[in-house]
Amino acid sequence: MSEVIDRPLREDEKPAASRLRIVDCDVHPSLHSFDDLNEFLPKRWQQHLKEYGSHLRTPYLFTTPYPRSSPLIARRDAWPPTGGPPGSDLAFMQKQHLDPLDVEFGILQVLDLFIFSQQNLEFGAAIQRAINDWQLALWSHRDPRLKASILVGQDGVDLAIAEIERCAKIGEYVQINVSPRANEPLGRRRYWPIYERAQELDLPLGIHVGGYGGHAPTGGGWPSYYVEEHQSNAHTIAAQLASLVIEGVPERFPKLKFVFIEGGFGWIPSAVWRMDQHFERFRSEVPHLKRKPSEYVREHFWFTTQPIDEPDEARHLRSLIEWVGIDRLLFSSDYPHWDFDDPRFAFKTPLTDAERRKIFSTNARAVYKF
Amino acid sequence: MARHIVASTSEIPPGGNKVVDVAGRDIVVFHVNGEFFALLNRCPHEGAPLEKAACVARLTSPEPGIYQRSRVGEMLRCPWHGWEFDMRNGQSWFDPKRVKIRSYPVAVERGEELQKGLYVAETFPVHVEDSYVIVEV
Ligand code: FES
Repeated sequence: MSEVIDRPLREDEKPAASRLRIVDCDVHPSLHSFDDLNEFLPKRWQQHLKEYGSHLRTPYLFTTPYPRSSPLIARRDAWPPTGGPPGSDLAFMQKQHLDPLDVEFGILQVLDLFIFSQQNLEFGAAIQRAINDWQLALWSHRDPRLKASILVGQDGVDLAIAEIERCAKIGEYVQINVSPRANEPLGRRRYWPIYERAQELDLPLGIHVGGYGGHAPTGGGWPSYYVEEHQSNAHTIAAQLASLVIEGVPERFPKLKFVFIEGGFGWIPSAVWRMDQHFERFRSEVPHLKRKPSEYVREHFWFTTQPIDEPDEARHLRSLIEWVGIDRLLFSSDYPHWDFDDPRFAFKTPLTDAERRKIFSTNARAVYKF
Repeated sequence: MARHIVASTSEIPPGGNKVVDVAGRDIVVFHVNGEFFALLNRCPHEGAPLEKAACVARLTSPEPGIYQRSRVGEMLRCPWHGWEFDMRNGQSWFDPKRVKIRSYPVAVERGEELQKGLYVAETFPVHVEDSYVIVEV
């Protein structure tokens, strides 16, 4: 837990050219307004967006929109002075985040328009395509530190594959993003063509928490409070990890890489212990698995660090990191959202220089290949 | 401890704040309901700039469904993760003994009084007819 800080920043807390430059695996750019998309969206879908907007699967009105804890779930200091929502102004993002924190690469994760959860699959695909183009035109091409992701909605598998092909030809995207809240668990066969293509193209699959599916975010139903729902990010992706491993995705696609984004990592040890333990007992139910679940996890899955867990005792965080594996963790800030992690202060446990280098840079560079 | 003149009272409107550099420290002075409070401009959690914090009320609930607001404007909610602090002493709401923001004594004095003592004016000339916020560091 923190102590009172009554001092100017020490030299080693200030980013400087000689210090480690970081790779931030979760940076959220935002549309300034829907009009941003016009240049990338056919007239037919511009009209649709205007007249019908999103068609999502949530059962209640207003379960999706913001504010959630903070207007637009954003840091209060992240509203650009030029107007527009947090994350919508590149110059301000550079000044507030990329430059001072010495971000060498930032991977873009777009959440606007609940892109993965659109029920109208054609509309969803049009929006995904527009957003994929927008990421390059307004972000990556204007600041080469920022790397784009191919966003696809996996429930329209054929549409998703077409979009993956289109973007892969352009050759500038570092991963394919799918939703953790699709119609069915991620391990299901219906999604395998996407995994097959990702493996062939050697692109990792990024899975960012959140989004809205037709299912309650907890196994027990719909939560009453945001703080209650926020917990469910961890168990939603724990369930998806189990689905992918146990349905045999890594067994079937031995070169495939998955990155779970914004789910933290505190839940991993017990989820994996349990899978291993049950695997010993129920092997004959899943003979397609040739190895223990933990082995698949340790070879195919990476986890971004935010929101980092903060146990009262620093050594508990330390054991957690060691158990999950220094090689499995990729630093992420979640800028500009309210639960942003500052790379200088987020790890409240000592890390050696070599460990820092891995978590803040080289692990991500190896996964994403830059 | 030296006393530093950091602002004239009229410079910080009610509900507003001013960031000042005093002896190398980044300090933020808030004006709440006619009172002034000075705190280190840095959240003890991950270092967020407190000048962007929300000045909120204390919200308590004796039982589900019953909500009470008190001390309106005197609680500071960090702009990042929303930890709450008591503006009067910098104590955190959830663990007041262990987690606090450094706070500094503040006084408001008239310009004519200031002529007499040993003060350090930070940035501007002092006029005897105005009132000033003094922070002790
Ligand atoms: S930095 Fe203030 S609550 Fe986290």
